[in-house]
Amino acid sequence: MDTLQNKGGRFALPAALAILLWAVPARSQQNTCLDCHGAMDPPLQVTAEQFARDIHSQKGLSCASCHGGDPTEAGPDAMSKKAGFRGKVERGQVPEFCGRCHSDAAFMRQYNPSLRTDQLAQYKTSVHGMRRAQGDQKVAVCTDCHGVHDLRPASDTRSKVNPLNIAETCSRCHANGEYMKGYNIPTDQFANYRASVHYEAMTVRGDLSAPTCTTCHGNHGAAPPGVASVKNVCSTCHAFQSQMFEKSSHKAAFESRGLPGCVVCHSNHGVKHPSDAMLSTGPQAVCARCHTPGDRCDRATASIHADLLRLQGAIRDADAVLAVAESSGMEVSEARLNQDQARDALTKARVTIHSFRRELVDQDLQAGLKVTAVNLQAGEGALRERNYRRLGLAVSVIAILIVLFGLRAYIRLLEQNGTST
Amino acid sequence: MRLLARTGEWLGERFHWEELIGPLAKKTVPVHRLTPWYFLGGITLFLFGIQVCTGILLLLYYRPGANEAFESVQYIMTRVQFGWLVRSIHSWAANLMILTAFAHMFSVLFLQAYRKPRELTWISGMALLFLAMGFGFSGYLLPWNTLAFFATKVGTEITGQVPVVGHGMMVFLRGGEDVTTATLTRFFGFHVAVLPGLTVLFILVHLALVQYFGMSLPPGVEARWKTNPGEARAMKFFPNFFLRELMAWYIALGALGALAAIWPWELGTKADPFAPAPAGIRPEWYFMFMFQTLKKIPAKLWFLDGEVAGILVFGAAGGLWLLLPFFDSMAGGRGRRWVLGAGIFGLGYMLAMTVYGYLAK
Repeated sequence: MDTLQNKGGRFALPAALAILLWAVPARSQQNTCLDCHGAMDPPLQVTAEQFARDIHSQKGLSCASCHGGDPTEAGPDAMSKKAGFRGKVERGQVPEFCGRCHSDAAFMRQYNPSLRTDQLAQYKTSVHGMRRAQGDQKVAVCTDCHGVHDLRPASDTRSKVNPLNIAETCSRCHANGEYMKGYNIPTDQFANYRASVHYEAMTVRGDLSAPTCTTCHGNHGAAPPGVASVKNVCSTCHAFQSQMFEKSSHKAAFESRGLPGCVVCHSNHGVKHPSDAMLSTGPQAVCARCHTPGDRCDRATASIHADLLRLQGAIRDADAVLAVAESSGMEVSEARLNQDQARDALTKARVTIHSFRRELVDQDLQAGLKVTAVNLQAGEGALRERNYRRLGLAVSVIAILIVLFGLRAYIRLLEQNGTST
Repeated sequence: MRLLARTGEWLGERFHWEELIGPLAKKTVPVHRLTPWYFLGGITLFLFGIQVCTGILLLLYYRPGANEAFESVQYIMTRVQFGWLVRSIHSWAANLMILTAFAHMFSVLFLQAYRKPRELTWISGMALLFLAMGFGFSGYLLPWNTLAFFATKVGTEITGQVPVVGHGMMVFLRGGEDVTTATLTRFFGFHVAVLPGLTVLFILVHLALVQYFGMSLPPGVEARWKTNPGEARAMKFFPNFFLRELMAWYIALGALGALAAIWPWELGTKADPFAPAPAGIRPEWYFMFMFQTLKKIPAKLWFLDGEVAGILVFGAAGGLWLLLPFFDSMAGGRGRRWVLGAGIFGLGYMLAMTVYGYLAK
């Protein structure tokens, strides 16, 4: 008590606390790791700018959070065993290492409550995870896909796991023939995917919901869908086609031959925009791969194909007539709008084909043909009306000219008689 | 004919209408090489008559309101017997009327027909021109199509930029903060009641003044006739000039019919207030010179916002234009030269900016 009450001692404790509070954050904010690693050559290089972009850095984690050590110390002391330095995480240990935090729901909640924490569990069920368990060190681990030190959230379009970049990320291994040697799987998936309608939807139309590798294979639990589950994968988006296929005679036929549903006709990675020519007998024909030319199904397919072309032609004809009417200034917006119903009917018929039932496809086709007939009639009516107006115009112009000549003659007559002053 | 004569006699006994129309019967029109310019006023009046007739016919079917306006015009264009003709003539005549009104105004300016004692004739004519532009602005929105909706939005927004009273004026025009169905009904009211009433009033004043002062002679012709009275020629208004005017009306009617039959006025797509504004929003051609100027004016002019400065300049120019006849007599002959110079500059500027507005992306 005496000490605390003497003049100098009264302020000694608060002053010491203040110095401590000021000094501790200053020291804790130091990151000597980047001072050295920023100046190193790859792969040891990690610059301050690079690390500042990393989501972990942005959430307040430092090098020491993963690598241990004391970033406030300069030189080798920072990487001493005493300071808890654990160095580079071995490739084989990466999934479990990341999982220390990412599988801890309570820990992750403080950063992002909606982030899933089952990535490690899923990874262990993936082909990557299972092969790693068998000792394969070449398979993908977290850092191969997500990167390291400049890791960005998947919503960032610059992230390697953003939907726009996923196919490219997977292709770094899966399109590399040399790297994939020994796995006995094709390496043309990326090339095929880049030629597919799905890739076009993703990159040209900017539709981020369009499928990429992980949509069908899963991400952390990546595995090729089995024959039985292909239709389940496709049906997540193509629900109507799937429902119709499920009820069709083809389901049992495909299953009995071990054929994997949708991909039999549409292929997998290189899914092209489906066209009516798939039902034809031309090079794009798919039915003829199994069906004998001239059999009952072949004839039905040929008839559906012809009717689809008929509806397409009817839509085109009505469009052409309505366009001429519209460019002539006729009001045909209602018929133009109704043309969409015909287009919808055509799309519906193309979907109904997956039922492989002639009468159901017919219903949609007939509905479309009926609408186009009405619209065509409206367009032709508008053109007749246009011609009628032009005739009316010619008659009225003649009448006006007659009146003008009459007036002119009358004025001359008046003025000859001296009416003007 | 006998019935007509007897009716005339009957009316004459009671109203002495012969005295009323007496001055009109004695009215003459000077005949010189610039006489054809005298027809422009009459053609504008004829087109206004066409507007009144076709407007009344459109009123039989048109329904104001955001949910009905577009559909009712579509109905007029597609289902009503000759509805397309009535609407197309209404729209074409509106544009031609403003064109002839502008041509009439500039012809009066360049022929110096605004001079003393016709200052009030000029002012009433200018008021009619402003009213015609008001008709155009309010009528443009009535079909409630995309182009009209967004053009009105931009147009009323510009009004809102006027210092002090701008926001109040914008709210008054729109019937609220935004262009809604309230704006449509308001514009409809202006278009079919307020503006026609005012226009008829000003037309009566304008015609009375024209009748009172007679036709103006261009200064050159006037001087020549003064030195050589034998050269002076004139024709009776009734029937000589009137029949010629009738010929001009017939030609205008033929032109209207041809325009309506060959290029029926298009309807476009229904306005969607929640959709983003489409590219290429433009006002009607007679507002284009102002629109293009406001678009190209720098964001900041000295201490003023560029757009506000532009609106103030246009407002001041409009006011000065209205008072143009009063500058004519100022500073001897220099005043007249200034007025003519302003006319040439104004016409050149309007033409150049309008063309630029249509060519610019």
